[in-house]
This record gives sequence, structure tokens and C-alpha cells, in this order.
Amino acid sequence: MLVESRGDRIFNIINHFLLIIITLIVIYPLVFVLSASFSDPQAVLRGEMFLWPKGINFHSYEKIFQNKDILRGYTNTLIYTSVGTLINLVMTILAAYPLSRKDFIGRNAIMALFVFTMFFSGGLIPTYMLIKNLGMLNTFWVMIIPNAVSIWNIIIMRTFFQQSIPNELHEAATIDGCSNIQTLTRIILPLSMPIIAVTILFYAVGHWNSFFNAMLYLSDKDKFPLQLILREILIQGQTNDMVKMSTESAIKQQREVEGIKYAVLVVANIPVLLLYPFLQRYFVKGVMIGAIKG
Amino acid sequence: MANTTVQPAMNAVHEKKRRRRQKWNPILRNWQLYLLISPVVAYYLVFQYLPMYGIQIAFKDFIATKGIWGSPWVGFEHFERFFHSYFFWRLIKNTLGLGLYSLAVGFPVPIILALLMNEVRAEKFKKFVQTITYAPHFLSTVVVVGMMMMFLSPRYGIINHFIGMFGGNPINFLSEPSWFKTLFVMSDVWQTMGWSSIIYLAALAGVDSQLHEAARVDGATRLQRIWHINIPSIMPTIIILFILNIGSIMGIGFEKVLLMQNTLNLETSDIISTYVYRSGIQDAEYSFSAAIGLFNSIINFILLVTVNQISKRMSETSLW
Repeated sequence: MLVESRGDRIFNIINHFLLIIITLIVIYPLVFVLSASFSDPQAVLRGEMFLWPKGINFHSYEKIFQNKDILRGYTNTLIYTSVGTLINLVMTILAAYPLSRKDFIGRNAIMALFVFTMFFSGGLIPTYMLIKNLGMLNTFWVMIIPNAVSIWNIIIMRTFFQQSIPNELHEAATIDGCSNIQTLTRIILPLSMPIIAVTILFYAVGHWNSFFNAMLYLSDKDKFPLQLILREILIQGQTNDMVKMSTESAIKQQREVEGIKYAVLVVANIPVLLLYPFLQRYFVKGVMIGAIKG
Repeated sequence: MANTTVQPAMNAVHEKKRRRRQKWNPILRNWQLYLLISPVVAYYLVFQYLPMYGIQIAFKDFIATKGIWGSPWVGFEHFERFFHSYFFWRLIKNTLGLGLYSLAVGFPVPIILALLMNEVRAEKFKKFVQTITYAPHFLSTVVVVGMMMMFLSPRYGIINHFIGMFGGNPINFLSEPSWFKTLFVMSDVWQTMGWSSIIYLAALAGVDSQLHEAARVDGATRLQRIWHINIPSIMPTIIILFILNIGSIMGIGFEKVLLMQNTLNLETSDIISTYVYRSGIQDAEYSFSAAIGLFNSIINFILLVTVNQISKRMSETSLW
């Protein structure tokens, strides 16, 4: 290592300074939401709370856990996410494995068929009509089937199969009498756990956060995922049933509603927040694999 | 093979059969692969290609009882109606404006962030910055828009408290049309810059360190090395991502725009895709909306192909 010149030192200082500023800009809103959810709503609304909670209480959380819509939305989202991710994963493997095989005749044609949909699609209205004609409106499956697989994840997984699993392994398996399906389940999949983890993560986050399909296709509140309930509370401001209308004054109600909003933000992201530190190294790996174009 | 001793005439027939078998052999041998992939092909045909068949209703007057096939053709009537409508220029202006604004701000930021992070030698600090900046990527659009509305609320929002502290008047950001694009783009930068920088970081990790050594011996400063080595090295990645970004200009952040939209900011927030949603799903004007949607997709597709072609000529980097 050469000795650092003065120019280098100045460069380093400015560089670190810029990165610290960026980091603060990113993290501040998140910390604020967390602190606000534990604070006395009045202090938050008056603008007396800037970083640390003021007048700590769990009042807003109590309101949330008494609310049926939120709890049901949570349960629905958990179901959609787990079933949806399972189907996504199976479908992705089913597509990625054959496409990774050089001796799979027609793979370029099939790949082109898939990739074309990245750039051109039927659009909102024809897709909506199709779902309607299939009788899937307002069913459980409408949250799962129309997004059964994503081309990005197929590409990522295919690239992984091609790069990380040597061709000799295929040949050895074939000579030992493995069928293609046996090769996949006994040899390829056990070796592919990192990419499977990444795929699960990407799909699960997608399901957890999706609201648009639900908004388009669902009409029963019983089936609403959490994000749709969040939209009602956060964006459309429908919180009436959470706050007792009768006794309290309008101003006090308004304050309570604002407090609930902060707590709802936290509750909705708890699973992601909890898993995030453990999963980070996986998803970076996933993007990196995806970045190398196959 | 035993048939090498058979007469020449028979041989020819066998030869033909053998050839045919050879041609089909790899396919028959791998029949399981075709079986495996068939559900995925079926999914694409039904959920991606069948809607493309449905596009024809843009040229028809869709009547539900007659179905897509039975409805009468009307040619370009719906397109003409759209081109002549009061909304047309406003939608074009907003869609392109928002797309270009996002591209101009949102595209370079992750590159700069990656270049900055790449220069950090302290691993722990680098990890820390990465962990924080990636995090908002995992928030949903609903959550981000919800947070924005709370922070920007004219009476209770923290931003307006700050403005108040410095003696300014509260601004009602979300109902002010002139603020819409900036809010949309800035919140997007906040949410995605860290995540989008990963690809560039990966590309930077692949830069040949000998180039840096040589430049250092020649007395190049850090900035010079970034400018003359790092940026040219990741240029192919930048171009590919730029083309992909162009390809999504017309469909930019549809869900988020829809969530941020209200009757007061409609003047600048109404883009083609939200208009399709309103007239199609809410007002059930299927044919008219399908026509607008098709118009949008075609422009998008043309943009993508054009930029790809230009890039191919100028830099020999392209998607296909």
C-alpha cells in the first residue's frame, strides 16, 4: 500500500461525510416513525418530538390489536405470502432447470417467449377481462395465480444453475442412471440452497407488499391483504371504527388517529424488520447473480 | 447395432429411420424437461399471451354478451376519441414529464452512491451504509406513500413544523400540483437508491486493480482514477440499465402515482396508466381504455427499441 497523500485524505473525509449525510437522510424517517409510534400523539402532532420518543406509551398499539380488520388483513397476507411464495418457487425451478440445460432443444424459443413479456404485455384492461372471464374475481386464487412466476427470478436461477453446477455433474448423474427429474431433485436442488433462499426472499417480499392486484380483483373485505387495509387507514384516512366517536372531542380523536397511523406503519413492517439483518447477505448475493447477464 | 450386415436397399431405409431417430432422440431422451417446463409455458400462454389476444377490443366496440370475438369492429374510433380529448396533451405531458424527471434524477444517484461506497476502505463503515440504504427498498408503496402523507401533512407533519420553526407558512404539499413530481421523484430516490446501487457495486468490484496501480504510479489522483478508470469500466452496465429504464418510462411508478393522486393534484399527477385505470376499471369503458393502454405500450416499445438501436450503433452495448 502506498502512503496516503494529502489529496487522498481530503478525498476520504469528503467521501465519508457525503455517505454519512446520505445514511442520515435514509434512516431519519424510519427512526421518526418508530419513535412516534411509542410517543404521546399530542407531542408528535405539536412537533415536539424529533428523534427520541416523548411521553412513552403503548396506547396506539393497543388500539391496533383490538382492530379486527388489521388482524384479519395480517392473517390473509401471511396466507397469501406463504402459499404464493411456494407456488412461485416451484414454478421458477420448473422453468429455470430445463432452460439451464444446453441439450434442451427449443430453450432459446421458450426463453424468447418468456422474455418478450418483459417488454410488451396485454395491458391492464385485457388482463382484467381475462381474470373476469376465468371467474377468478374475488377469489383466493386471484392473489396467487396471476403472479405465479417472474421472469427476473427465472433468469437469476437459470444463471445460477449454469454457473455453479458443473456440467460433469449432470453427465455423471446420467451415467449412474438418474433421470432428469432425479438429477434435479437429488443433485441440483441440494446444491442450490443459496439461490433458493434468495428466490424465496424476493417473492415473499413481493407478496407481502403487493396491494394492486387485491385492489383490482378483490371486493370482499374478508379477503383483503394487510396492504389494502393500510391504504384505507393511511391514505384514505378511514379510522373511524378504531376510535370511539361518542365521548371524545374531535381534536382528541384526530390525535389518536395520527398516533395509530404511526403504530400501524411499524406493525406492518415488523416481519421485514425482524428478518432483514439475517437475510441481507442473501439478497445482495441474489442481485449480484442477477447482474451477471446470462 | 446389428443391421450393418443387411443388404444395401434395406440399408437406405434404415439409414433414413436412424437419422430421424437421431433428430428426435435428444427431445425424446429429455421428455421430462418438457414435462417440467410445461406448467410455466402454460402460465405464460394463458396469463401473458391471452391478454395480448384481448388487445383487439381496442379496435372493437366491446359488448360483454357478444364476447371479444363477436363484438363489432370500429377501427381507430377509440384512438381518435382519445387523441381529440381534452385530456390527451395533459396526459402526454405528465407521463413523459414524470418519466424524464425520474430518469434524470433517479438514474445517476445510484451510480454516484456506488462510486462513493466503492472508495470506502473501512469495511465496517461500508457495511453499515449499505445496510441502512438498502432498507427502504423493502417497504411497500402503500407504506412509503403513507409516511409521505404524514410527514407532509400541513397541520401535523414534521416538515411543516420545521418550516414553521424557521418562520415559513405551512405548505400543503400533496394538494399542490406543482409539488407532485418532485415529491414522487425524491421519495423514489430515497427508497431505491441503495438497492439500485448494488448492481453498480458488483460491476465496480470487477474492475481490474492493475489499472488502478498503473494509474497511481503515473500520479493520478483519486478523482482522476474514478473518472478515467471506474466510470468507463462500468459503462456497459450503465448503458444496459439505462435502456431498461427507458423501457419503463411510460409505465413509471403507476401504483405509487395512483396512491399519491387526489382530486386537487390531478392536473399534474394524472398519467396515461392512471387514466386507463379510471376509465377502464372504474367507468367500465373497456374498449376505450384498452385503446389508450395499447397506445401507451406501443410508445414504450418504440422508445425501448430506438434507444437500444442507438446504443448498439454508438457503444456496441445492447439488450439484444
